[in-house]
Amino acid sequence: MKKRDLEKELKDLQQKIESLKSEVSEEEKNSIYPLLSQLEQSAMILKGELYRKITPIERVQLARHPNRPTTLDYIKYLIKNFIQLHGDRRYSDDAAIVGGIGFFEGIPVTVIGHQKGRDTKDNIKRHFGMPHPEGYRKALRLMKEAEKFKRPIICFIDTPGAYPGLGAEERGQGEAIAVNLFEMAGLKTPIVSIVTGEGGSGGALALAVADRVFMLSNTIYSVISPEGCASILWKDSSRSGEAAEALKIDPNNLLNLGIIDDIIEEPEGGAHEDHEKMCENIREKLRMTLEELRQYSIEDLLEQRYNKFRKLGKFIEA
Amino acid sequence: MGNLFIKCPNCGVTHFEGILAKSFYVCPECDFHHRISSHQRIKFTVDKGTFKEFDKKMKSVDPLGFPKYEEKLKEAMKESGINEAVVWGTAEIEGESTVLCVMEPNFIMGSMGSVVGEKITRAFEYAIENRLPIIIFCASGGARMQEGILSLMQMAKTSAAAKRHSDKGLLFVSVLTHPTTGGVTASFAYLGDIIIAEPQALIGFAGPRVIEQTINQKLPAGFQRAEFLLEHGMLDKIVPRTLMRETLANILKLHKNITEKPKKYRIEQYGLE
Repeated sequence: MKKRDLEKELKDLQQKIESLKSEVSEEEKNSIYPLLSQLEQSAMILKGELYRKITPIERVQLARHPNRPTTLDYIKYLIKNFIQLHGDRRYSDDAAIVGGIGFFEGIPVTVIGHQKGRDTKDNIKRHFGMPHPEGYRKALRLMKEAEKFKRPIICFIDTPGAYPGLGAEERGQGEAIAVNLFEMAGLKTPIVSIVTGEGGSGGALALAVADRVFMLSNTIYSVISPEGCASILWKDSSRSGEAAEALKIDPNNLLNLGIIDDIIEEPEGGAHEDHEKMCENIREKLRMTLEELRQYSIEDLLEQRYNKFRKLGKFIEA
Repeated sequence: MGNLFIKCPNCGVTHFEGILAKSFYVCPECDFHHRISSHQRIKFTVDKGTFKEFDKKMKSVDPLGFPKYEEKLKEAMKESGINEAVVWGTAEIEGESTVLCVMEPNFIMGSMGSVVGEKITRAFEYAIENRLPIIIFCASGGARMQEGILSLMQMAKTSAAAKRHSDKGLLFVSVLTHPTTGGVTASFAYLGDIIIAEPQALIGFAGPRVIEQTINQKLPAGFQRAEFLLEHGMLDKIVPRTLMRETLANILKLHKNITEKPKKYRIEQYGLE
């Protein structure tokens, strides 16, 4: 069955369940319970099938789904007593990257992440999660602060990439990203980065020179967007499906290439279907990872971080 | 060789190649800097016979099985006469020892894949081991997208190596030549202690076409050119090719003390030797 048909069937089924639920009175509920649970089970199976069958470009669409949790959603669920901190102390406050401090499972942490908007107005303010140099510089300022106060850093990555604009170039977009990579390589505190949507190119990497890099199961991490790749290589952005496949941007391929350390499973249907469940999966992984990283000395941690990136690359020496 | 006529794309005046070569391929009429190969760049920059190349045979593979990448690599090798988009080794400039990396614009636009990342990283590591300064001539269209995420990771790898070199108190001079864009700009190219550029070089992260499409307006004249960047505080200096060698030699001499043993430089500093 085609994906579209599957989607339609699922929708019909869900509607049937909802209408059944709303139509029956409290007393009648018990009598239709077996039927209801049977319907719900078939809906689950359909959903499972639907999301197992996704093609690379469909995963790109899922990664960009407008209802996915954003960094501020993750913070709301996972971080207690959160205080958002603003500005790069140089030019302005970039709303495409948010950051601050709070408690994760009782430990003070610094949290930084790309922030996409919830609606058009919010998205315009946040440039659809595409940072300007100020964003990277704010991120670095907060990371340096985390280093000073010996707080672990958690980064949530979800950006189409750096903002391609006049001001961004004038104020040194390339330099800002470069300095983040440079400084993160030597930052004397544990860093964990999680790709929660789109891991778009340099804009993503600027928050991802980390001790552990994880991806949620329906996300992508790529050097270029499939559309950009198709338009450069084949002068045809509509061939993005081919590009998505060729670029190998899905979590499984990236795990095999040694780029990421693990995949965090999304709830059935995708992270946007159940924010709370998604956050609980992340909480578990983060808790275990921070506990593990705490056991290393800073010297060992930096050595491991260096080697993690040092070994990436494939070539021959004839 | 030498008898070819070359027309300047900027002013349209035609010169003998032999004459152009004597002026480092800078147009005698309008100062336009022609594109030169890594081989020519090395010849113009270092003391004769001092360049010793490392990792000359390192070659790219096709790690993702990307459509037509192998053919592209073969073509690039043929066109440039070398194995990849960067050449590195050790050299002397006016007697000063340095590690030198030169990117090759004629190899898939100097794009950075695994080999470029590995060679630049090895160059930094060699410089750390031997307490040497490093000079990198950048020329790149950005990341090598045919290597997918592996090309992105070279940005992190090279930047981490630059950090280690810097932490040892050693000098890194980055020279940005036309064009230096994308992933190279957002990694080692912008991590030099001193960053200089050739006149008129295009330097930026996002390409001008992408920006124009995004903001839906024409870009101002001279946008992302070296002169524009100098004005915006993004460069230390613009140096014409004809003065590049002596400028680099001067910078190396000004940092000479850091590569030598403490006792010796103290004596030299006070002129007691």
